[in-house]
Amino acid sequence: MADYELTDLTIAAARTGLRNRDFSSVELVQAHIDAGEAARDLNAYITPTPERAQTMAAAADAALASDEAGMLTGIPIAVKDLFCTQGVATTAASHILEGFIPPYESSVTANLWRQGGVMLGKANLDEFAMGSANVTSYYGTVTNPWQATSGPLKGKDLVPGGSSGGSASAVASRIAMGAVGTDTGGSIRQPASFCGVVGMKPTYGRCSRWGTIAFASSLDQAGPLTRSVEDAAIMLGAMAGHDPKDSTSVDIDVPDYQAGLRASVKGLKVGIPKEYRVDDMPPEIDALWQAGAEWLRQAGAEIVEISLPLTKYALPCYYIVAPAEASSNLARYDGIRYGLRVDGKDLVDTYEGTRAAGFGDEVQRRIMIGTYVLSSGYYDAYYLKAQKVRTRIAEDFRAVFTECDVLLTPTAPSSAFAIGEKMDDPIAMYLNDIFTVPASMAGLPALSLPAGLDAQGLPLGLQLIGQAFDEARLLSVAQSLETAAAFDKRPIRSGAA
Amino acid sequence: MSEQLIDGQTGSWEIVVGLEIHAQAITQAKLFSGAATEFGAAANTQVSLVDAAMPGMLPVINMECVHQAIRSGLGLKAKINLHSVFDRKNYFYPDLPQGYQISQFKQPIIGEGCVSIETEEGGIKEIGVERLHLEQDAGKSVHDRHPRKTYIDLNRSGVGLMEIVSKPDIRSAEEAAAYVTKVRAILRYIGTCDGNMEEGSLRADVNVSVRRPGEDLGTRCEIKNVNSIRFVRMAVEIEARRQVDLIEAGGTVDQETRLFDPDRGETRTMRSKEEAHDYRYFPDPDLLPLEFDQALVDQLAAELPELPDEKYARFVANHGLSEYDARVLIDDRETADFFERTLTDGESKRDPKIAANWIVTELFGALNAADRSIQNSPISSAQLGGLLDLIADGTISGRIAKEVFTEMFNTGSDAGMIVKAKGLEQISDTGEIEAIIAKIIADSPDQADQYRSGNEKIAGWFVGQTMKASQGRANPGMVNKILKAKLK
Repeated sequence: MADYELTDLTIAAARTGLRNRDFSSVELVQAHIDAGEAARDLNAYITPTPERAQTMAAAADAALASDEAGMLTGIPIAVKDLFCTQGVATTAASHILEGFIPPYESSVTANLWRQGGVMLGKANLDEFAMGSANVTSYYGTVTNPWQATSGPLKGKDLVPGGSSGGSASAVASRIAMGAVGTDTGGSIRQPASFCGVVGMKPTYGRCSRWGTIAFASSLDQAGPLTRSVEDAAIMLGAMAGHDPKDSTSVDIDVPDYQAGLRASVKGLKVGIPKEYRVDDMPPEIDALWQAGAEWLRQAGAEIVEISLPLTKYALPCYYIVAPAEASSNLARYDGIRYGLRVDGKDLVDTYEGTRAAGFGDEVQRRIMIGTYVLSSGYYDAYYLKAQKVRTRIAEDFRAVFTECDVLLTPTAPSSAFAIGEKMDDPIAMYLNDIFTVPASMAGLPALSLPAGLDAQGLPLGLQLIGQAFDEARLLSVAQSLETAAAFDKRPIRSGAA
Repeated sequence: MSEQLIDGQTGSWEIVVGLEIHAQAITQAKLFSGAATEFGAAANTQVSLVDAAMPGMLPVINMECVHQAIRSGLGLKAKINLHSVFDRKNYFYPDLPQGYQISQFKQPIIGEGCVSIETEEGGIKEIGVERLHLEQDAGKSVHDRHPRKTYIDLNRSGVGLMEIVSKPDIRSAEEAAAYVTKVRAILRYIGTCDGNMEEGSLRADVNVSVRRPGEDLGTRCEIKNVNSIRFVRMAVEIEARRQVDLIEAGGTVDQETRLFDPDRGETRTMRSKEEAHDYRYFPDPDLLPLEFDQALVDQLAAELPELPDEKYARFVANHGLSEYDARVLIDDRETADFFERTLTDGESKRDPKIAANWIVTELFGALNAADRSIQNSPISSAQLGGLLDLIADGTISGRIAKEVFTEMFNTGSDAGMIVKAKGLEQISDTGEIEAIIAKIIADSPDQADQYRSGNEKIAGWFVGQTMKASQGRANPGMVNKILKAKLK
């Protein structure tokens, strides 16, 4: 037995170990399955797939033995249950998809398996990825493996953030080596921040959306959650690429992100958008943000204050555009062809019964908001106006990127809060995404990495926002920040340690 | 104009009609999926994951549909928009799996154009085309297979349709029928829609309103899914009459969607304005704006076949056809092609007017009687050409030719073979004709005397006798000449 826990390894370290035959993929995967069993109360998985994982691990070991390893051969990964996986129940954490088993595999997960990745299971999430605390899942709330060490939250179970809460919780608690999530307005970055892991949303169009259950088509983007920037680079390289089956996927080369990680930040200009300094932001977050800027300055970057004047409009616009698209995207869940059906006395009764029983409150709220803002008479005032503002927000970003190369901001305005908090106040919940939504609206790549703990002992993330399709530079800056931050804390609930 | 008005109890009314024609684009695959589009396949056998709106599925535009729309737009002399946008039209129905139809709302691929139709008085009228846009067809709901259940066939779900919207320029049932006929002919010429209304690959929504001449437009009713040209005519007549009667009885027309029932000869309410859907159109975020270069348009324009109006003009100008014959022949492309092949198939060139005459009168008559279309005519264009050659070179007379034609139609044989087998060649041998005539004159001394005493009308009797004696084979011109000489 090695003198380290297999579940503590990064993907990069595990790849080396697998290639050196220090351990097999079967062993590595079994360690994660066992850890997952022991941490079932986190509710990070909706559907664990241990048998499939072991079959894939055995195949990975065979590939390793014949030197046919891909980028992720033998690496156990959790898959947000929004990605359709062939032959494995796919729920979107919604009752309405009860019993749905896709006969097809999403492009992103197919890419991961082609590179040798091993699927541990389908990770929990907010229903249809709508939420910032992973409390809207039909399959129950996910628990954050972190706990407060002091203050009023001490002893309480905390939310992992959302919507990729199961993915973030699984990676943080060492029951998955990495996870693939989706980010619409912050659904990878915010839970990454709450759970103390790295989470990246690539440029819109970098990863295929084919086979991923849609929330808001113009915003949804798949991305990795990992325990290091290097792991994020490895996973993104495996996931990304043009897909002719997704008209919005972009046909440009995927660089070797891992190879580019060591690029120096010397001479780079890092923008600090002043509008992200919101009124009631905890001073510790502001302090960490300044520390982050200082670390980058010491690494040779130039820090410049920049302005993104439309920032405050991003969140309200997002909560028009995203629900509008969602209201239409979710129309297909009508009880006619698959999933739940509640038979009624006639067609309309069947529709209403099915959708009332199948969708939770938050999903219903967003469908109603979306239907409203697209209604005749309101379209111009809401949807059209929001799209115009969205265009201006993207122009704002383009303009500041003539002055700087990347932006540094906090990821979220708070650390993790207790399960049950903010449940009755949708606006308070929506404000979780205030720093992540602008990059989503502009389609830009953004990454959250853990940079420190707050006074309660909970992780805080910093966000880097890059230029479109400039993930390589974003990752290299993140690498520099990660080195400087030297974040080595781990959650209470993380395996044996 | 006045002759187009319809009479009510209280005076005259003008009918105003606008048409939305839904034409299924001829393509191998659907508008946004690779599934096949063939008509008549077993239910739900031509359905991709996209067509069934499975979770996570995405549409990808089939460029062949785009090409067909551009070709159609060129045929409608319309503006081709190099930039257009697909929108979602949201409504719930079991045969609409996505819960929305992908269509084009604000920015269609094709803008304004025009179609010229022939009016009842024989003039030409231009009907404006507002737009042509691409959209998905829905599936089919089958209500009559089970007492309580509805079955859904998604074979048609996602098939590419071109919706052609006219301006409200149509003023009568006849014009409406002429417009649909013409649009159908144009699409069939270009090969972008087979125009088969029975199979539903071309159908029309008919918007009808009435007004007093010179007044503003009245409230319109939309009559959905009218599936034959005859029904278009009937629907306009019946709906206009209903509206006139309603208004004259003191009522008002409600804007609504109506259904045409040809069996009962009535239209009836399908959806009132209150029940009308709010479609919540918005640009489909799964699709980028549709963009292409002018070069593509130019290339498709260069490949475009001759259109009905141009063909008509050429048939009149170059072939010297009457306007009537030209119009009948260009009515569909197969007929026009048959005509032109008849002129040139084989070794010789034939007289266009004679060929047209034979096709319009003899061939059409026979095809109608046999309920066949020109595509499966028993007489090919080459065979008809062969018959015309035999007339032209004097081998047979026109009268004999009709007999030969009937035989050709019934047996499919060549004219030459029939003439030879039946010995129907025209007698143009002077000696032979002289012998026949000599015998007739000898047998009919009284008639010969009458002629010689000045009754020249009796010459016709001699011609008849000669033809009869030759079983119609004697060359009529020669018969006349020889008779005159012999009777002197």
